[in-house]
Amino acid sequence: MQKKYDFIVIGAGVIGCMIARWLSRYEGRVLVIEKQADVGMGTTAANTSIVHAGYDPVPGSLKARMNVKGNAMWDQLKAELNFAYVRSGDYVVAIGEEELPALDTLMVQGKKNGVPGMIMISGEEMRAREKNINPNVSGALWASTGGICDCFQVNVAAGENAAMNGAEFKFDTAFEDFIMEGDRIIGIKTNRGDFLSRWVVNAAGLYSDVVMHKAGVRPEFKIRPRKGEYFVFDRADIQIDNVLFPVPSDAGKGIMVTNTVHGNTIIGPNAQIIDDKEDTTTTIPGMDEIWEGAQKLIPTLDRRHVIATFAGLRAMGNGPCKTPGVNYNKDYIIEIPENVRGFVNLGGIESPGLAASPAIAEEVIDLLKDAGEDLREKKDWEPIRQARPRFRDMSHKDRQLLVEMDPHFGRVICRCENVTEGEILAEIHAPIPAVTYDAIKRRTWLGTGRCQGGFDMTRVVAILARELGVSPLEITKRGHNSEYLVRETKESEAADDN
Amino acid sequence: MEEKSFICTACPMGCKLIVRMEGDEVIKVLGHRCKRGETYGRQEAIAPQRMIASTVRVVGGLHPLLPVYTKGSIPKRRISDVLAAIRAVEVNAPVKATQVIIPNVIGTGVDVIASRDMPEVRDGN
Amino acid sequence: MIIKKKYDVVVIGSGPGGLAAAIDAKKGGADDVLVIERDVELGGILLQCIHNGFGLQTFKEDLPGPEYAQRYINEAKSLGISFLLDTMVMDVTSQRKLFLSSRDFGYVEVDAHAIVLAMGCRERTRAQVRLPGYRPNGVFTAGTAQRWVNVEGYMPGNNFVILGSGDIGMIMARRLTFEGAHVERVLEIQSYLSGLSRNYVQCLDDWGIPLQLQHTVKKIIGKDRVEAIEAVAVDNKWNFIPGSEEIIPCDTLLLSVGLIPENELSKKAGVLLDPVTGGPFVDEHFQTNIPGIFAAGNVVHVYDLVDWVSMAGSEAGRSAAEFALAEKARTARYIPLVPGKNVRYIVPHKLDKQALEQGDIHLQMRVTRPIEEDVWLEVHGENNRIVRRSERYVRPGEMVTIVLKPNMHAEVEKAGSLTVDIYPKSEA
Repeated sequence: MQKKYDFIVIGAGVIGCMIARWLSRYEGRVLVIEKQADVGMGTTAANTSIVHAGYDPVPGSLKARMNVKGNAMWDQLKAELNFAYVRSGDYVVAIGEEELPALDTLMVQGKKNGVPGMIMISGEEMRAREKNINPNVSGALWASTGGICDCFQVNVAAGENAAMNGAEFKFDTAFEDFIMEGDRIIGIKTNRGDFLSRWVVNAAGLYSDVVMHKAGVRPEFKIRPRKGEYFVFDRADIQIDNVLFPVPSDAGKGIMVTNTVHGNTIIGPNAQIIDDKEDTTTTIPGMDEIWEGAQKLIPTLDRRHVIATFAGLRAMGNGPCKTPGVNYNKDYIIEIPENVRGFVNLGGIESPGLAASPAIAEEVIDLLKDAGEDLREKKDWEPIRQARPRFRDMSHKDRQLLVEMDPHFGRVICRCENVTEGEILAEIHAPIPAVTYDAIKRRTWLGTGRCQGGFDMTRVVAILARELGVSPLEITKRGHNSEYLVRETKESEAADDN
Repeated sequence: MEEKSFICTACPMGCKLIVRMEGDEVIKVLGHRCKRGETYGRQEAIAPQRMIASTVRVVGGLHPLLPVYTKGSIPKRRISDVLAAIRAVEVNAPVKATQVIIPNVIGTGVDVIASRDMPEVRDGN
Repeated sequence: MIIKKKYDVVVIGSGPGGLAAAIDAKKGGADDVLVIERDVELGGILLQCIHNGFGLQTFKEDLPGPEYAQRYINEAKSLGISFLLDTMVMDVTSQRKLFLSSRDFGYVEVDAHAIVLAMGCRERTRAQVRLPGYRPNGVFTAGTAQRWVNVEGYMPGNNFVILGSGDIGMIMARRLTFEGAHVERVLEIQSYLSGLSRNYVQCLDDWGIPLQLQHTVKKIIGKDRVEAIEAVAVDNKWNFIPGSEEIIPCDTLLLSVGLIPENELSKKAGVLLDPVTGGPFVDEHFQTNIPGIFAAGNVVHVYDLVDWVSMAGSEAGRSAAEFALAEKARTARYIPLVPGKNVRYIVPHKLDKQALEQGDIHLQMRVTRPIEEDVWLEVHGENNRIVRRSERYVRPGEMVTIVLKPNMHAEVEKAGSLTVDIYPKSEA
């Protein structure tokens, strides 16, 4: 319990895991603590998975710098970590002549931010590229460096690579307070005990304000959750070819229509500022709002083809931009504060946080080096994290070879998405083990198809129980309090006669 | 005179029956469209019967539970007692379909029998 | 068990439709009948339907689901039908090739003269999609709950609300009550009962479980696990009636909102589906638009009584066997022509034995080397000579012809292949 670490990262979302991955390259013990049962269950679990090009953030802001720098790192990141990512390019679409000036504004802004590869195209050209686009399209800004990914895969891949290189992960472990010696942080208190460390990194997302306040840093900084709702469409019923944004408004980038790396189309998000950091409910007004917004871009959408809905919260902060002359108060906080030692503080990492994540990780390393930290690269650092086989993507011939190699890959558990027992076992025994149904679902895509788990649910619960050596009564959907089963059938008193 | 009303379950039609009774005696059944319906109405008014299906614990079988049922109907008011008797039983695999699990359950004259074969499984696979 | 390369009839699914089809295919003369089942044992969904009500038509008895299935399983086994368990069919082509995946047998390819699709249904889950709120655990389809309670031996909750008055929902209301759980309410969005009235009496009315017609779930409450649902009354157009909301505490919501025929494999084979039923277009023999591919049971449309499913399965199986035998006879008439001693090639490569009855067949060939002496040209089967004639020499540059005549038909019939040898008489 009194083991001493060099770096503790609070939060295993994509930011925390990306930072851990960068830290794990150097000598030093790294611990990542996460209050939920798995990585990426906060903001990372529920967003549009867009790797933004960088024309949207305010020029001169840290957000803009991190976005553009991060975006450029994604090809190498994918080559090393092996997740689903495509640099597909994205479009900001103007409907009607009156929206065209907004595209010019974005083009100018993008150039100021150093975004390469932006081109204006005509309404006619946009209609050719996206068959179902609103016929009143007047033009579009094409940003060729934009991309789409599976953000959860990115999170897992970064976390696993960190674990492969020695980082420890503790789940169901919630930060409670700092352990201070004067003005120096020497560790943290959690619901599972105390941990000592030379440095603590705040990657707590929606709760980054709560964490930094415990260290007496930036008492005026506040995170307000911004909720966005989404619809997911059945892959078989609808095909959108591109990533489509509307012209932005004060509320944000707007309600988009986009294809995803899995071939589904999703629409959303809206932007509703709420108070409750745990409120990820979808709502009727919210769902109506994104439906209406999406129709502006693609009027032919059919609501009957929606197979899932979800909502995510962005951590909107009020951090002031440090660049002189730039009047912006929702910028990223990425700093080593002056009044507290042993602390790397991040706050307000909302969109474009995913795109920026590798740049943010590098920024943290630079800050540590500037602060005098002698970071020495591990001799045996392994940058490559291999992807695991996905039966559903394989040809008949390759499947045959895979099953010959390991018969567990012959047993299909999710019929709709063709996910096998071999893949499930691989995730349960992975560097960051998947121990809940949702953890396996996020990693393998099982249960996301037509039957929404109807066939696989009972089988996955049985497999998890067997592999983890526990009773099926202990298997949960998403961590404790979400168990499936309450007791054995043959345990209770009979019903009374009526 | 008393009138009781039931939905008939003798066949899927579901005729609405009205049974006129004088004390414990059935005077008339109305609303049926076949003989079975009339019979059902009489029985339901005097002494409703039900067939019961449930499961018993089985040891050493392919599954932990064996489905069973009453081979014949038992008085509706004794369902809880029948269920309690079933709950108290544990059988060993292998079991054959229609094998008697509880003969003459709680003295009703009706056996509780196995609904299916339950093969024995030795190596816990 | 050795998996054959080709079967007469392959049946996908061992529920009542599949088993009846397999049995009647075998009785109809198909020798090699294979049933493929994705679960660990035969029987399909009947194995978890432990309540009575099955077999009134077929057996004139009131049986529980598993016993109804057991009778078909016993008959199928006694007839020598082959089974693959814990095996998933990954793909079916219109040429009736199947790709199968299992842990025990690996990933294999199998061909069939005829196929019967009997994959049954899946449960509708769409209701869940329209419901706003969190995504807590404790929202299950009635069938999933049934499998846990009846087969795996676990209760998925203590206090239930059931959405939908379909048979599965009502049956589960009673089942859960029998096992000591509390079913608070059954909500039905229509103004009428969705399932059989018999079930209303014996599952809800008997146990005092209230049924509210024209009601539905407006919201699910609870973040990690269901804590309550908000029920609401609706009008004839399914609009919520304001002010009629009621919070019902519970820990589980069961969905019994409909069945959808499971036709993903059918689509892969090019089978055309009727958008109204959700299943294949079929003729009176249950053949789909793809010759040799039949479909029976809930995969075609949702049935109410299992007895009709068995009847459909029997018809489909019988017709599948008939198709398979005709197909086999047609392709079995062909035998290959094999180049033997000193023969480089023969055209035709194969011949239809029956065609020989109609007229001469000319076999034309070339030799591998010149033989400048008297030679025999001999055509023989595995065990019999068909015809032999002589030539004074043979040379590669000159084509050689042998004529098969109709009077040779009887001998050709005995052969599985014909070989032509050309050799010097001096070597005979």
